[in-house]
Amino acid sequence: MIHGILGIWNYWIVIILMMTGLFIVISRHNLVKKMVGLTIFQTSVFLFYISLGKVQGGTAPILTGYKDSLYSNPLPHVLILTAIVVGVATTALGLALILRIKSEYGTIEENEIAKLNTEENSK
Amino acid sequence: MAEFLINGFLIFLLAIIAVVAIRSIKIFSTVMLAGAYSLICAIIFVSLDAVDVAFTEAAVGAGLSTVLYIAAMRHLPKREKVVNDNTIFAFIVCFGVGCLLIWASFDLPVIGDPMAPIHQHVGPYYISNTKPDMGIPNLVTGVLASYRGYDTLGETVVIFTAGLGVLLLLGDGKNRDKNE
Repeated sequence: MIHGILGIWNYWIVIILMMTGLFIVISRHNLVKKMVGLTIFQTSVFLFYISLGKVQGGTAPILTGYKDSLYSNPLPHVLILTAIVVGVATTALGLALILRIKSEYGTIEENEIAKLNTEENSK
Repeated sequence: MAEFLINGFLIFLLAIIAVVAIRSIKIFSTVMLAGAYSLICAIIFVSLDAVDVAFTEAAVGAGLSTVLYIAAMRHLPKREKVVNDNTIFAFIVCFGVGCLLIWASFDLPVIGDPMAPIHQHVGPYYISNTKPDMGIPNLVTGVLASYRGYDTLGETVVIFTAGLGVLLLLGDGKNRDKNE
């Protein structure tokens, strides 16, 4: 029973983390906080992939030289390695956009930006 | 068994950090919590045998991202203005999607199951052929740089594009100072 729950416990927490990230993105108006929400969402996907690649009793995918070693699956690790680096590139781009928005509008709160836009249009 | 318990505890810690990150009003503490979150993620990756991913996450996710956030925060307001106008809507959406995903999670293979579909496809091929093909012991490096080298090429193109975008958006900083 306890092993049954532990077997899918990772998936549940991954789902909770993913929904936490989504909640931040939808409900908070501050753009930096939205970026943090996206990071949490993204990292939960990483955890999901790495959890799938785990083999019970396996070791890290570096050849030990012994014939009967059991290795975890290296493929998800490679995919996530790429995703982490791309993630930081998109974070940098997002922060650059936020800085530009700050210098144009003077605020990084989404609702205030929307208000400024409607005032601009009604003039 | 022990590794599953450690893993379960650490991943529970992550959930707590994520919830605290929602509630904090100071942007600085949210950013630092995101750094701590990445670091604990890196520890979990070690316990799930993904050592290469762990050190990349620790260096890039916890280190470089946090530095980027702090650098950007020099020019940004330090506090969030709290407006709770669509919290209930957001909660309903997230709760609904979360329930559906948890329902779907019962169809996933148990973590660590060696007979799961993911371990039947190219994984065994990489494990048995990396040494004869490339002669290096690290399977992740072998797959990253050789078997899936085009992926890595695509990744560098994405990073180059992002870097170009940042340069075009921020320029040399002179325009920004003029507006402030």
